[in-house]
Amino acid sequence: MRFTKDHEWIKIEGDVATIGITEYAAEALGELVYVELPKVGNKYNKHDAFAVVESSKSASDVYIPVAGEVVAANDSLTSQPELVNNSSYENGWIAKVKISNSADLDDTMDEASYKDFLKNQ
Amino acid sequence: MKTTALNQTHRNQGAKMVEFAGYDMPVQYSDGMLKEHEWTRSGNVGIFDVSHMGQFFIEGDEVVKFLSHITPTDFSLSTPNLAKYTVLTNPEGGIIDDLIITKLTDTKFFIVLNAGCKEKDSAWIRKNLPSEISFNELSDRSLIAVQGGKAEEILNKFLSSGNLSELPYMNIGFYKLKSGEEVFISRTGYTGEDGFEVSIPNSAAAKFWLDLSTQTEVKPIGLGARDSLRLEMGYPLYGHDLDDTTSPIEAALGWVVSKSNTSFIGSERVLKEKAEGAKRKRIGVKLLDRGIAREGTEIRKNGIKIGTLSSGGFSPNLKVSIGQGYFDTALAKVGDEVTAVVRDREIPAVLTSPVFVEAKTKSVKK
Repeated sequence: MRFTKDHEWIKIEGDVATIGITEYAAEALGELVYVELPKVGNKYNKHDAFAVVESSKSASDVYIPVAGEVVAANDSLTSQPELVNNSSYENGWIAKVKISNSADLDDTMDEASYKDFLKNQ
Repeated sequence: MKTTALNQTHRNQGAKMVEFAGYDMPVQYSDGMLKEHEWTRSGNVGIFDVSHMGQFFIEGDEVVKFLSHITPTDFSLSTPNLAKYTVLTNPEGGIIDDLIITKLTDTKFFIVLNAGCKEKDSAWIRKNLPSEISFNELSDRSLIAVQGGKAEEILNKFLSSGNLSELPYMNIGFYKLKSGEEVFISRTGYTGEDGFEVSIPNSAAAKFWLDLSTQTEVKPIGLGARDSLRLEMGYPLYGHDLDDTTSPIEAALGWVVSKSNTSFIGSERVLKEKAEGAKRKRIGVKLLDRGIAREGTEIRKNGIKIGTLSSGGFSPNLKVSIGQGYFDTALAKVGDEVTAVVRDREIPAVLTSPVFVEAKTKSVKK
């Protein structure tokens, strides 16, 4: 799993990246009450806002860490947005994206580096 | 930043602190806003630190006349110990603040007003104050709201004498705690639940709060849940749903205007609007589909903008987004099908009464 400074996580299988937000981000947001998912087929540039996560107090953009086309969105978040809090790295995934440029992954971090990064937050 | 006497206590209890109206206040504790909201609604008790609000005594022979001049309420009709919700109006009929004014005697009243308006209100009141009337802040007192189905039962345990079952809604009583402290307790609050607001000396506030917290039915609740609780009840929040330009009639607070009071500050506009109707009115909005519509959201009818949300957010009870806003009365009425524009998406919604959840407060007529 790879991580970004914006607190997204990425799991790579072949040329498809599964993307979510980290436990740290979910904890900071508080319990989610709504997730706006990207539509399958939408294409994004790296760092575009492609989803929105909303808690009682605020709405936050989720930035796509790699350019690509959405091939799946986690529809279960529509009725259970709290999965992002309770299962950030499994059932709380947001979308799967077909990566158009694997070099986009170069500036992501491994888990150890992300943990170090959090220490300085 | 200013702090209340409970600041360190909140931190010890795991609160997340934020700035609110110049005060360092708990927005939530470790359970989070949703669970805190549900706790308060579910027949338990939530305790809220509202000590940032201003508490004042106003005293003098002409005080009834003065209060009936700076608000649209006729205080000559008030009986002793009756708390009245009303507004301070400016000469243009706009709302300077909304507040609670409680009659203690014919010459002495207790006032509780918003933290964010404390300086503004004090300056306005002092500017208009006849010299024989005194107006003094009780800065040595904290204010703790005890709200929820078991509030009476829990608070009774702390009284050395008396029984809160005998205190009617919107009334104040003076009690002594078992710890010896003199407190004044009002059967008031801003959650829609039965409950009380306890004015207690700062020196005794932390112990009282912690003693309450040890009861299994009691949890401390932050400002986040306080906001969602009041939003479900349609209660306005000053600075969002009310400001210096909104009149009490526009704000759907016409009931604070006493028929017998016709010469208060700003009465010209207020009475005209009361008779003829206002051009805009505060109305509730309920979303019919998923999505969250917050303050500032544009509301459209048949594609045309008819109003804007002054407050909005997720209702933990209804599990949908609710809000309130101001609408052009020529174009909008309760029952209208509308849309809320959220990030370029038009979410179906309906205009409703701003009261989304039935109040469990005790009836005032008993």
